[in-house]
Amino acid sequence: MLESIFRELILDHYRRPKNKGALEDPTVTVSMRNPLCGDEIELMLGIEDDRVAEVRFRGQGCSISQASASMMTEALAGRSLDDALSLERRFLDLMHGDDGAKADRGLGDLRALQGVAKLPVRIKCALLGWNALDEAVRAYRKSGSGVMGERLEFADMTADVPEAASPPPEFDPATHREELPE
Amino acid sequence: MSDGIQTAGGAGAMAAVEAGRTAPLDTASLRRRFPVLEQQIQNHRLVYLDSAASSQKPDVVIDTVRDYYRRDHANVHRGAHTLAVRATDRYEEARRRMARFAGAGRADEIVFTRSTTESINLVAGAWGSANLGPGDVVLVTEMEHHSNLVPWQLACEASGAAIGAVQMTDQGELDLDDLDRRLAEGRVRLVATAHVSNALGTLHPVEEIARRARAAGARYLIDGAQAAPQMPFDVRAIGCDFYAFSGHKMCGPTGIGVLWARKELLDAMPPYQGGGEMIEEVRVERSTYARVPYRFEAGTPHIAGAIGLATAADFLDEVGRDRIHAHEQRMAALALARLADEFPQIRLHGPDPATPRAGVVSFTLADIHPHDLATILDHEGVAVRAGHHCCQPLMRRLGVAATARASFYLYNDVDDLDALVRGLHRAEEIFGVG
Repeated sequence: MLESIFRELILDHYRRPKNKGALEDPTVTVSMRNPLCGDEIELMLGIEDDRVAEVRFRGQGCSISQASASMMTEALAGRSLDDALSLERRFLDLMHGDDGAKADRGLGDLRALQGVAKLPVRIKCALLGWNALDEAVRAYRKSGSGVMGERLEFADMTADVPEAASPPPEFDPATHREELPE
Repeated sequence: MSDGIQTAGGAGAMAAVEAGRTAPLDTASLRRRFPVLEQQIQNHRLVYLDSAASSQKPDVVIDTVRDYYRRDHANVHRGAHTLAVRATDRYEEARRRMARFAGAGRADEIVFTRSTTESINLVAGAWGSANLGPGDVVLVTEMEHHSNLVPWQLACEASGAAIGAVQMTDQGELDLDDLDRRLAEGRVRLVATAHVSNALGTLHPVEEIARRARAAGARYLIDGAQAAPQMPFDVRAIGCDFYAFSGHKMCGPTGIGVLWARKELLDAMPPYQGGGEMIEEVRVERSTYARVPYRFEAGTPHIAGAIGLATAADFLDEVGRDRIHAHEQRMAALALARLADEFPQIRLHGPDPATPRAGVVSFTLADIHPHDLATILDHEGVAVRAGHHCCQPLMRRLGVAATARASFYLYNDVDDLDALVRGLHRAEEIFGVG
């Protein structure tokens, strides 16, 4: 069972991802994070004539999230946006264990991820990059270009500490020795 | 030990008492007290190494909660009938039990909440609204659980106070010099730290922090979620002002937590939530509030949870919290040595292995992501946690996105460590490392 999930092809994409990096002038950039596990994907699309002309991603996370994103970018290059969304639908089918999707050669390397369907808690890992794609196409169709999804960062924890003023009154624990009421 | 003269017999007797207090646990018998552990996961014996997230429940706690519902349940307080009196008596007895458990001087210093998180939110909301303002500082640490961080961020946003974080050393311990610097620098009104780090197992010197906070005129809140399950503590001996802990990590039910606070601080705090139970007299325009601790227990409380928690306290004290603490330290030391020995590519986080720590071992193995490790281990029946452990600032400080965490409790022994090691070798095999 484990071997059917962590296949060599998946580990290969995890360790040597395709299209990893940044585009100089992306049409759309979408950042996605899975808040439960911290996996992150930043997807950049260069779109020309409603086609994915260029695609890059950056990210960090488990083998499934990163391999899925890498495989997705490979499958996306050159596709029309409609075609990209149709690929996304077929990949979702694959994650739901659909036999038609398992046999679909159009999914290419992505079919190696079919074992993930047996691990419900890990499906969201495989979908992270695809969620970014969905968001990117939606953003492009709405406004033509843009940057979506700010990175979630905590506020500055080392803010300047202001001047001292009067401290709260002194409390002496030695005077605090009452017995338990029974 | 005091510096008085000890006879040889006296010292021997003391040593015997000390040895008894920390005698090894009979983990095999203890395990039989936890029905959930008698099952197979993926055709392997369940090896539960996730007690730092939530412990399993012994038979006595499960039975107490069941029996309460079968025999004694009614709403508490103000009821005139027999069951109402019985439920109220048991609920208030649970409050006295938890006061003794925490070393509190008075039962009315114990507020029942939902969890450690709610206890801290209660203080941040009620104490914070009355005591924090622009120019004030709340001091947390880089190692805090989000539940001892985000409530203070909210309180600071609402009040205009600033938040600062005490740094940790590269060994995963609090930098007390940095604490001193920050206490000297500004108007620190409150210091909030964990007693034991959930992600690294570090035991913080809370008495020392309390002393320094008090000297600087600051209140001190301790997040005791990881300490309460596994070590004796005495809030008065520590010298803190607030102490928060949860039931579900210490063999008790979920949904019940405790806030201990000094009576005079509780007396001066405004209500946290409004509703039944927390009032004295209600008119349409305004109300007067009940005395503490009832002022902070709006609505029908988790009666069964409180009663079950008291039973969990009995259970832990029967086993012996000194022994549990010693057992966790032994298991952590064994695990650290074994993992370092077997896995050249492992990175162990947290204090130096020679430093005592709680039974928590946080690690990363080669380039295998912790979530992948957890999936593989689960297939071997081994339950560990993977992720940021609700400590994102700490993960940033360690320079990792996530770690795997194995936590050992009173029912875990060397067999469980063996299972972890086997599972990790399996992960190495699948990922082709090692």
